Amino acid sequence: MLEFISQPWPWYVSGFLIVFVMVVLLFFGKSFGFSANLRTICSACGAGKTAKFFDFDWRSQVWNLLFLVGAILGGLISAQFLNGNAPVDISQATVQDLTALGFSAPDDLQPEEIFSLEAIFTLKGFLVLLLGGFAIGFGARYAGGCTSGHAISGLSNLQLPSLIAVVGFFIGGLITTFLLMPLIF
Amino acid sequence: MKGLKYIIAGILFGIVMSKSEAISWYRIQEMFRFQAFHMYGIIGTAVVLGVIVTYIIKKYNLRDYQGNPIVFHPKEMSIPRYLIGGTIFGLGWALTGACPGPMFVNIGHAYWAIIVAVVGALVGTYLYGVLRDRLPH
Repeated sequence: MLEFISQPWPWYVSGFLIVFVMVVLLFFGKSFGFSANLRTICSACGAGKTAKFFDFDWRSQVWNLLFLVGAILGGLISAQFLNGNAPVDISQATVQDLTALGFSAPDDLQPEEIFSLEAIFTLKGFLVLLLGGFAIGFGARYAGGCTSGHAISGLSNLQLPSLIAVVGFFIGGLITTFLLMPLIF
Repeated sequence: MKGLKYIIAGILFGIVMSKSEAISWYRIQEMFRFQAFHMYGIIGTAVVLGVIVTYIIKKYNLRDYQGNPIVFHPKEMSIPRYLIGGTIFGLGWALTGACPGPMFVNIGHAYWAIIVAVVGALVGTYLYGVLRDRLPH
């Protein structure tokens, strides 16, 4: 059994279980939306004093912070016990495109050109992750949700705003992939 | 402990995202280059099943474990807000290869560098909160 679940999981298993998590949260009386945690953390750190947007009862969102803690633990369990760091078997075409940009083929989940400690102690490496993260945080709140809130929960509820947000996710992703990355790397 | 169930749900989420490689920068690149079905399969399966489940919950007025009705909040219609915000989000998603959930799952994997992206995301969230009234919504 352990050996069986230690293989990479197919997409349909993952899609099914993501919806299972969404339904479980609905039956707990909550909703599935991860990036709300970023707002909660800002609020818990006292951001409500300088911006009204963070002036709310963040304690009502502690359940989602616990979900976040669980997500970290899930990553830890997967990496330690379920062979979760196995090299990603991406398509050969992607390997070729990334090689042209100076990335090595996967030997685990993440490229060392971005995620190694050597990389983040260079100015470029540091800025890539900092500005990338900045865009994610700013954009997620501006759009009122991220992949979980819009692409999964929102589309499941047939929300047109969520579809527009997902179209935006792809516009931005394609700009980075095809216009910015060749300039950065 | 009342909060334990949320931690367990989070653990399941973390393992699923990790074992299906949705937290991998390589998979996100592969998706934005349209070179494999994997990520589309994950999101597509989730959306199709999610639509069915949401429909059933609404049709049969299902209740949560405390007996309260499960309510879905319709999102306020706007185009600029979702399009601009979504595009900014996408710029960062493709660069770091992680949306907010996977960012934290990566910490569990001991990819410590991602903490820089988490700090960036918190700063970005804060700045949005400060500038909110001056942005088109």
